[in-house]
Amino acid sequence: MLQKQVEIILMRQLASYLTLPVFVVDPEGNLLYYNASAEPLLGRQFDEAGEMPIREWSTIFAPVDERGAPLPPDALPLAIALQKRRPAYRRIRITGLDGVPRELEVVAFPLEGQGRRFLGAVAIFYSVNAR
Amino acid sequence: MRITLWGTRGSLPSAGPETVRYGGNTSCVEVRGRSHALLVLDAGTGIRRLGGTVDPGVTRIHILLTHLHMDHIQGLGFFAPLYRDGVEVHVYGPRSTTQDLRTRLTRYLSPPLFPVRLRDLPSRPHLHDVPLSRFEVDEFTITCELVAHPGPTVGYRITDGGGTLAYLPDHEPALGVPRFPLDAAWTSGYELAQRADLLIHDTQYTMPEYVEHVGWGHSAIDHAIAFARLARVRRLVMFHHDPGHSDAMLDRLLAEAGNAGPFPFELVSGIEGMQFEI
Repeated sequence: MLQKQVEIILMRQLASYLTLPVFVVDPEGNLLYYNASAEPLLGRQFDEAGEMPIREWSTIFAPVDERGAPLPPDALPLAIALQKRRPAYRRIRITGLDGVPRELEVVAFPLEGQGRRFLGAVAIFYSVNAR
Repeated sequence: MRITLWGTRGSLPSAGPETVRYGGNTSCVEVRGRSHALLVLDAGTGIRRLGGTVDPGVTRIHILLTHLHMDHIQGLGFFAPLYRDGVEVHVYGPRSTTQDLRTRLTRYLSPPLFPVRLRDLPSRPHLHDVPLSRFEVDEFTITCELVAHPGPTVGYRITDGGGTLAYLPDHEPALGVPRFPLDAAWTSGYELAQRADLLIHDTQYTMPEYVEHVGWGHSAIDHAIAFARLARVRRLVMFHHDPGHSDAMLDRLLAEAGNAGPFPFELVSGIEGMQFEI
């Protein structure tokens, strides 16, 4: 067991108070935390599921672009934030494990701590359907 | 190693008849190794009296700052060994995301806040941005990590091959956690404190006081106890006492905390001059 860096811990605390769905991932893309608002997307409560390897959670959504064309993993904002270490934005469509199709605006940004320690990334989802 | 508390008060020096027993000086802890190597943890006002006890024969001193809030650096300019030519003083502390330790510390150790400039001190102290990792200082192995407190703030884990001291004087691991603690992986400071022989930890507030000060960077006594239990330490020293807490109140808070026991560790309330051997 490795204790998380304090920036990741504080990011989780903040996310746990937000109503927008939030994912927090480590530098490899493993899902460290998702808040209660994100649970319908993943179909499980975080307290039950815990952390998820990238191979497990990244295959859940089958994201497509606004015209319905499949999006390669590298085109997703979270992947760009991790690989290029810069913020990224995209509108995508997914069907969560709750079976509900969603059109989402996704913003992702890298988490870089003191001493240029790369800690992972955060993705925030906004449901266009909810407008 | 031998550990001596020279300042146990938080936030503001608190001299007066009502604080004379626990002491009114702010955070400063002396750590002496088996070969008499000297570490000083924080430079609150307690460091002035410590400085008066440092033998002139001591040629090297390491000062580890947890952060640069005033109650942790205010005594630095009054530390007598800094004015001795030939003493090698190393000061470690956290940089910010934009400024190194020297730039940050110079804001205090320069006019108009202080008459003597850092660069004019006879000992010409060496300043180090403390690495967020493990490093060696004389006979000590030190681990340093960022912890939950406003602004860049670290805690220290110090071992000498025998005992382990964990020092987290300003720490709010319960911030944003409805049912503290979460599991260890998600608890700030856990790896610094785990299985320490002695944990010196922030206990600034009672629970009702904490509720009024969430996010100020400090712990309630109950939180420190829960943290110590999670980390399975052998002894918890209550530290960074609120300046408004009198000796009588600190006695009462220790007794009330003890009533919630038994704990799998010894619970002690930090008093100026108190010593521990680990």
